[in-house]
Amino acid sequence: MTVGVVILVHTALDRAEQVIRHWVEGGCPVVVHVDQNVNKRTHDAFVGNLSDLAEVKFSKQHECEWGMWGLVAATQDASELMLKSFPKVRHVYLASGSCMPLRPVKELRRYLDSRPRTDFIESATTSEVPWTVGGLDRERFTLRFPFSWRKNRFLFDSYVNLQRRIGFKRNIPDGLVPHMGSQWWCLTRQTLSAILQDPGRKAYDAYFKRVWIPDESYFQTLVRLYSPNIESRSLTLSKFDFQGKPHIFYDDHLQLLRRSDCFVARKIWPHATRLYQTFLNDEVSPMKGTEPSPGKIDRIFAKAVDRRTRGRPGLYMQSRWPDRDRENGLTSSVYSVFQGFAELFENFEPWLAKASGSRIHGHLFHPERVEFDGGQKNFQGALSDSAKLRDYHPEMFLTNLIWNTRGERQGFQFGPSDNQKIAEMTARDHNAHIAVISGAWAVPLYQSNRNFADIRQEAARLQSIENEQLMLLRSSETKARVRVWTMAEFIEAPMEALQTVVDEMVEKPGPHLSEAPRMVDLAGFGQFLQNLKNQGMHPYLMGNFPVDSGANLTAPTQRKPYLVR
Amino acid sequence: MGALASYRLRMQRRRWHIRARLKRRELKPIQDRTNMIRPGDVLLFCTFRNEEVRLHYFMQYYRSLGVNHFIFVDNDSNDGGRELAAEQPDVSIWTTSASYKKARFGLDWLTWLQSQYADNHWTLTVDLDEFFVYPFCDTRSVRALTDWLESANVRSFGAVMLDMYPKGPINNIPYERKTDPLEIASWFDAGNYTISRNPRYRNLWIQGGPRARMFFADQPEKAPALNKIPLVKWDRRYSYVSSTHMLLPRGLNLVYDQMGGEKASGALLHTKFLDTMEVKVREELSRGEHYADSDEYKAYVEGLQDNPDLWCKWSEKYINWRQLEILGIMSKGNWA
Repeated sequence: MTVGVVILVHTALDRAEQVIRHWVEGGCPVVVHVDQNVNKRTHDAFVGNLSDLAEVKFSKQHECEWGMWGLVAATQDASELMLKSFPKVRHVYLASGSCMPLRPVKELRRYLDSRPRTDFIESATTSEVPWTVGGLDRERFTLRFPFSWRKNRFLFDSYVNLQRRIGFKRNIPDGLVPHMGSQWWCLTRQTLSAILQDPGRKAYDAYFKRVWIPDESYFQTLVRLYSPNIESRSLTLSKFDFQGKPHIFYDDHLQLLRRSDCFVARKIWPHATRLYQTFLNDEVSPMKGTEPSPGKIDRIFAKAVDRRTRGRPGLYMQSRWPDRDRENGLTSSVYSVFQGFAELFENFEPWLAKASGSRIHGHLFHPERVEFDGGQKNFQGALSDSAKLRDYHPEMFLTNLIWNTRGERQGFQFGPSDNQKIAEMTARDHNAHIAVISGAWAVPLYQSNRNFADIRQEAARLQSIENEQLMLLRSSETKARVRVWTMAEFIEAPMEALQTVVDEMVEKPGPHLSEAPRMVDLAGFGQFLQNLKNQGMHPYLMGNFPVDSGANLTAPTQRKPYLVR
Repeated sequence: MGALASYRLRMQRRRWHIRARLKRRELKPIQDRTNMIRPGDVLLFCTFRNEEVRLHYFMQYYRSLGVNHFIFVDNDSNDGGRELAAEQPDVSIWTTSASYKKARFGLDWLTWLQSQYADNHWTLTVDLDEFFVYPFCDTRSVRALTDWLESANVRSFGAVMLDMYPKGPINNIPYERKTDPLEIASWFDAGNYTISRNPRYRNLWIQGGPRARMFFADQPEKAPALNKIPLVKWDRRYSYVSSTHMLLPRGLNLVYDQMGGEKASGALLHTKFLDTMEVKVREELSRGEHYADSDEYKAYVEGLQDNPDLWCKWSEKYINWRQLEILGIMSKGNWA
């Protein structure tokens, strides 16, 4: 007993010829269907080239357009010819001209000989398949599709919509349960002939002629009526991308294909010379397993589809430029923004870098210069410290920085005197962890040696900026993880707050902080705020600061004695 | 963007084609082998002037990618480059001594030749210092790429221009003919590019890299555009707008995905920053034949006075396309 191969060809006829010869050498008779669209000269030359092989027959030509009935009609005719001409055939294998046997033909024959009653055809009910192009699954069977999806997309879509609107529904013939699956199957003579000789075939054909993509459903549905033993998978390795287009194999897939242990693969690029040389050579049997195991190939193609549809989050580049809210992640990884900390603590950045093991920058959005970690002129990805370059596109400066440093957590200082253009974006970004000590911008003012009138003006400016930013952080749009302390709250229990901040930054919280950063001397800070108030400028973001509270920081015993710790 | 705007763009395209038609008189054929072009051949179009030194490796590189035919426009070379090109069996070459600038920086000439010979061919349009890199270019020919694009009904393929530079001052290592310029200029900036969208032509506008960092830090908006669309399934009605940055009809400029996914894309490794540059820049400046009243070139000359070093601690050394893909400069999209 042997396997008969039905081959549908439409392009790359030279490669098809090679494959046909290979099948015949392996002892398999072949029936070829050549697409009617192939021009006559090419067709005749092709037939002429194969005339030396008695086991090759050509079936009646049909016009084969993707998604239309022609492919099924061609398969039917070719299969009938196969069953009639080659009585020794027990299994019929449906393949295309760009399919290539990966294992020696005799291995396939042995495999099928030991499973004489099994039909290999992927056949699943419509609700169970994820791969449907154009969002049509059940409707493939209940609407009419007289227009070509490829050539007349507009008519196709409008007619579908029209039918939906008027509630048109076709009746599925009695006894049929729509199933779909890969169009490349391998059926036994018994099953195939039962389908082809069914007395109701005329009605079924009439029905399927108006079903969309019938080559994925005709045999897949009818086989359920006759087959006693369906193995619902295709012996042909064939992967589809997100548009329903088959993935193509090239020379560099050689090792992958070798290890897949699949019998047949499609589609092979016609110019993949090495693949054809390797696999159409029966002397080497590159495979060793018995059952196909295309797991690795599956993963690679699944990844490709994922890259095409979802992309790499946080990457903005020439071929990925998502519209707003389509980014699926504004940045590529988690980062921290600190506001007011560097003002309140001396040498806060190096301390935090050590405590958290992260990269801690100064004010990246400082109006004069990008304060990269260590005061570097450039940073990862060759980012420049020029404020002008950064301000040309501040959001992209940040997304670039986070993308460039994948694998290393970044933190930076921010404040109301910095460029505020990124405030909106960081608030929307769920990767941003923002910790704010509100009102701490007053500390450098307090320490400065400026005229009080200037200080007053600057304080009013910074307060209004920070207030606006805090409103943003409190809005319902905000996705960032936000912590806000007023300065007064914070200095009541600074260690606790710092511990929270550091714990958030390290993967698993380690031991408690042993070393605290040194807080700046706040003696007289309360009085400073009072002076601002006296001048008519009301600082409120730092919370309730008693006139003399700052001085107490260095003497904790005096701090709020009524608080129980 | 209404019907009026697209009508205007169509008129603009028509005008350019008429211009190109008029400019054809400036072109004199030196060697016309276009009758050798077969259906399905991948063509390469390029304009050059005094680039004989680079020409050798350039042709070798693109032949190895699988380009079938080169169509050159020589702008009045006197260094033997024209003769060298004309001798090659897969080259057709025209020459002109007319103004490069007045021919829309050579585009009028190319538009004319493309309308004549590129119809229905996949067409690469590059400069002599640009090396096209695409996913799997080390194992698959450019034909594999174009076949795949075609099967997905894609007509244009984007490749960002990546400025390559040597480590150390530009003049330190002289470039020798027939050698790979990437062996000298092997460094690039990996992650300092900014992007905005041009609503008129719908292309992305990409800036950044060492030129922005070194020469345009004070006027970033003037930094050169790096977005390019060098590979197109040509139709005789198409036309490039400004260099190969964008095309008309503008649907061809949509080489990026807007729903969060990645389309496949490549890179053009730009090897301008070699010792050959200084001579070139001075020549261009005296001729005033380059972009934006040669602002770009003035900036270079100023920058080049002290033989600059574009390299910095965070520069990346080029290895292969996979590196560029991992860095997010280009993408495999769903090609696997």
